[in-house]
Amino acid sequence: MAEYKGILVFGELVDGKLASITTELLGCGRRLANELKEELSCLLASDVVGEASKEAIAYGADKVYVAEHPAFKEYQADSCIQVAEKLVKDISPRVVLIGQTAMGRDLAPRLAFRLGTSLTTDCLDLRIDPATKLLVRTRPVYGGNAQAVFTSDSMPQMVTVRAKAMSPIERDNSRKGTVVPAKFDIDMSKVKTKVLETVKEETVGVKLEDAPVIVCGGRGMGGPAPFQTILKELADLLHGAVGASRPPADNGWVPESYHIGLTGKIVAPDIYIAVAVSGATQHTAGCSGSKHIIAINKDPEANIFKVAEFGVVGKYEEVLPAFISKLKELLAA
Amino acid sequence: MPVNMIVCCKQVPDPEAPPAVFKVVNNKMTLPPDVKPVIGQYEEFALEAALKIKDAVGGKITAISLGNNFVRDVIKKALAVGADELILLEDKAFEDSDSWSTAKALAAAIKKIGQYDIIFCGRQSSDWDAGQVGLGIAEILGIPAVTLARKVEVSDGKAKAERVIPDGYQVVEVTFPALITVTSGIGALRYATLKGIMAAAKKQPIVWKPADIGLQPSEVGAAGGRSKLDKLFQPVKESKCEMISADTAAEAGAKLAVRLREVKLL
Repeated sequence: MAEYKGILVFGELVDGKLASITTELLGCGRRLANELKEELSCLLASDVVGEASKEAIAYGADKVYVAEHPAFKEYQADSCIQVAEKLVKDISPRVVLIGQTAMGRDLAPRLAFRLGTSLTTDCLDLRIDPATKLLVRTRPVYGGNAQAVFTSDSMPQMVTVRAKAMSPIERDNSRKGTVVPAKFDIDMSKVKTKVLETVKEETVGVKLEDAPVIVCGGRGMGGPAPFQTILKELADLLHGAVGASRPPADNGWVPESYHIGLTGKIVAPDIYIAVAVSGATQHTAGCSGSKHIIAINKDPEANIFKVAEFGVVGKYEEVLPAFISKLKELLAA
Repeated sequence: MPVNMIVCCKQVPDPEAPPAVFKVVNNKMTLPPDVKPVIGQYEEFALEAALKIKDAVGGKITAISLGNNFVRDVIKKALAVGADELILLEDKAFEDSDSWSTAKALAAAIKKIGQYDIIFCGRQSSDWDAGQVGLGIAEILGIPAVTLARKVEVSDGKAKAERVIPDGYQVVEVTFPALITVTSGIGALRYATLKGIMAAAKKQPIVWKPADIGLQPSEVGAAGGRSKLDKLFQPVKESKCEMISADTAAEAGAKLAVRLREVKLL
């Protein structure tokens, strides 16, 4: 049996730069690598990787494997898995870290089954058991109503990690590391899916994941209109973005890209204002990392008040206009 | 052309039940007996995706589920809404399966079924939320997969799916046989008609044991799994919400603005 050693991060690029999830994985990987006194590597697969490999070193990688191929311009499991499988078999990492992202959700389970190893998805916490050197994985289950701790003795130890669950290390451009080309072949005959079209639905303005302030509307908004009017007015006032819990997205009041929750976006803004959101665990799983949660709901028993720091009981139609006008007054002063 | 479809369904504790009823006892999630289990929400979407295709071009839907002690009324909902057949992998040996042993058993059962164009799964179960079984089945069967579909159409031996991505969607085409995992956006599962409920009541699910799908008891359930649950727990959430109240809701709103300004949050 091969000796499994080191940590491997599957990186992702956004507009030629490391995705924030990748800097987080590198931060987590660095900590694990230091504990184990082993190496941290990072795979970057894209049509063009460019300067991002240096970025990965600045964020903690000792070694960056670069895989450039036109097939990686747009992520597809059938092409990406070929380079991933090859690299894991070549370098036999002890631990493989992948983001719980659109790519990670799609690639990681398939890769784990192909490698014959177990995978734990959506991890919030990872540590090494000093006695066994196995990865101890904590993840939310039952829609966030509980957490589970898993271990597995199958190798490599493979996990996907939730966005914002880990912290990157501070970027240090003087860090040293090596950049090497990954050895791989892409057999296009194995690519069985075809992307016919990619459609962006993102609205203009601040991106939800990056917004310092989020104003989130729930089922109690009653329809699409308030998302365009009063919620947007408040979000604009605070230079933030409008989001939604699952019911508004399911009902088509807002695009799916607004959806915050376990199966939508995971956000962690400074300020999260939840309006007419009941606070189902499904939803709070997506916003519980926010620094300060403020809730407005007409039901005093609503679960959202259990996670909020400040709360007002009342109909949003009455609370919000007064809140906004007072806030304008205070901000102008 | 009629399409042969298999839909994997899971019986789970009702995820919409109030958070307070979810209690961990002896490392197991235990819900009071009056909270009835349901078919997982994403498997309901998967069923709806299959039914829409059956509406459009015709075909056969075989629902399949793995577990033990199925509540017949709950799992037979698949038949009541329009699935043609229900296969239950039901045995004590299937208990406490992980993603690995679940996918292995379902793939073995699907091999036994033999004929299929599309296998539908939910994007993730509504209890363990792992999101692995669908892709595991695809990998074991050696067929392509499209995940997170919110719309699926078929024509000429191909499926065209809208795959949800963070900022929009992709239109992905895949040739049969393929596995598709379904997310919200496909539309809620239709209600069963009275006729459907009556027909389902008369129909008996087919029950398969590990031996029926060519597996040893040691290859299924907890024994056949590759991950070990060390601990299941519920983090204590301390509620520390400062409630702002006033004579009217509007006054409370204004007071909230003042308070947030005071603590320099806004």
